[in-house]
Amino acid sequence: MISCAYQLVQPHVFSVKYSDIDIAGEVVVKPRYMAICHADQRYYLGQRDANVLRKKLPMALIHECCGEVVYDKSQKFRVGQNVVMIPNVPGNVRVGEYENYAKGAKFLSSGYDGFMQEFVAMPGDRLVPFEKIPLPIAAICEFISVGAHAVSRFDHNAHQYRDAIAVWGDGSLAYAVSCILKNTFKSSKIIVIGKNRTKLSYFSFADEIYLTGSLPEGLRIDHAFECVGSAGSFYAINEIIRHINPQGTAILLGVSEDKVPINTRDVLEKGLTLIGCSRSSRVDFENAVKLLKNPDFQKRISAIVCETKPVASIADIHRAFAEDAGTMFKTVFEWKL
Amino acid sequence: MIFGAILAGGVGSRMNIADMPKQFLMLGRKPIIIHTVEKFLMCPRLDKIYIGVHPDWMLHMQDLIEKYGLDAEKLVCVPGGNDRNSTIFNIINSIKERYGDDEDNIVITHDSVRPFVTNRIIEENIDAAIKYGACDTVIAATDTIVTSENGSTITSIPNRKFMYQGQTPQSFRVNLLFDMYNDLTDAEKAVLTDACKICVVRDYPVHLVEGEVSNLKITTVADYKIAMALEGGNPG
Repeated sequence: MISCAYQLVQPHVFSVKYSDIDIAGEVVVKPRYMAICHADQRYYLGQRDANVLRKKLPMALIHECCGEVVYDKSQKFRVGQNVVMIPNVPGNVRVGEYENYAKGAKFLSSGYDGFMQEFVAMPGDRLVPFEKIPLPIAAICEFISVGAHAVSRFDHNAHQYRDAIAVWGDGSLAYAVSCILKNTFKSSKIIVIGKNRTKLSYFSFADEIYLTGSLPEGLRIDHAFECVGSAGSFYAINEIIRHINPQGTAILLGVSEDKVPINTRDVLEKGLTLIGCSRSSRVDFENAVKLLKNPDFQKRISAIVCETKPVASIADIHRAFAEDAGTMFKTVFEWKL
Repeated sequence: MIFGAILAGGVGSRMNIADMPKQFLMLGRKPIIIHTVEKFLMCPRLDKIYIGVHPDWMLHMQDLIEKYGLDAEKLVCVPGGNDRNSTIFNIINSIKERYGDDEDNIVITHDSVRPFVTNRIIEENIDAAIKYGACDTVIAATDTIVTSENGSTITSIPNRKFMYQGQTPQSFRVNLLFDMYNDLTDAEKAVLTDACKICVVRDYPVHLVEGEVSNLKITTVADYKIAMALEGGNPG
């Protein structure tokens, strides 16, 4: 079957690629709802390095998506079944390794076509079925899975003293991670540190909220999550190092295009553990689906989901990206192409 | 119920590059008609997909369905007629025989040689046929349309903003189309080569669905070359 992929060929320019997709051995999914990630927005605006753009474009954007199974010859999935699509294509995963870090792994919408397509044919193990989650919320399941992955790695690696866990950042990722922490470690105090008062006001469930740069001198935390990225990474990571208790664990999630100077003297002196996290594995998607089925968690997450009008043309794609640039949190839309 | 009707009754006289009807020519790894049928199969709202095939090519079509592993339970092959409308009516008669006269039954008719039809177009046809009873897929004309009744001088140049080019699918409430067609005289039937025109001559409003320039009809050698280039340039 000939299917259309809506590829970004250069910043702000989309083109349609027609290609024959193989329906025989894979499950065919019609993408239904999508969410825009900062990474998509950076490609769209041309904010990546010119060499990266040259290497990765043309490419269909979007890796946060849920869809509906329309065809499965193996009949493992039922036609009409709602699924979240996993953009990771695992490489050579050795025992004990996470599939999202293993060598040879690919990621759809980073060098390979993402989900802005008419139909997507995928192996069944890259699909996670779900029920009782509204589609605009399910669209950000990949995003939630990244938070779930970070929290899971934290749980696996950090020491057991978890009285105070702090999250640096006031964006969508900080919100999702804080929600997951609040939901998972019910006896821990969850502290959020950001710079935008309006955005911070959404974190109503946090036990304490501070503005970055004006933290109480005596603030002490056991562990931290950095969800800031870009130029703010420098300030966030060094604030974490200043306020974290010895032998604490800091999970780093914010993406920075530039190298970040870190106060390694204090990292060494305090015996800290810094763990880098990006993307997620199938198990994290399954955990994200479980979290999103919880009505309270779903309500919390819906606070950061801003649904824009459906996308039924290339002009609509431009509109969605323009609206996303002015949205505080996540932009989702129905995909009608 | 919602029925697809893929029209493949032609014998390829206009292409003149092969004895094989054009819908069976390869486009990349598969025959053109297989791409088209697969696109219809990806629309779960369609209960059954009829394929109207020239009787001489019926076995060939059935071989292709098996060879490419298509969902045979959802497909029904019926013999095509002498022209487009008679193929449609062979399909409609078969639908009525098997599934009765339910007023809500609709049929989405489509040229087998338009494999680039999109899911959006099919979905919007279904919605429009349910809501309005009849619809046609069109794109706004970009070239100026010139009419000439004698073939040598211009008769008129209609205002382009009212001009559209017809594509397919064309979709209808089954009973509506059936009744209007049977109401036509033999003389009218002979000149009505387009299913939507049956509605137009009986003053039944036909709703417009926006098509795509890429939803081209592979009729000539040039079309075939464009289609191969669009699909990736591989002749198969």
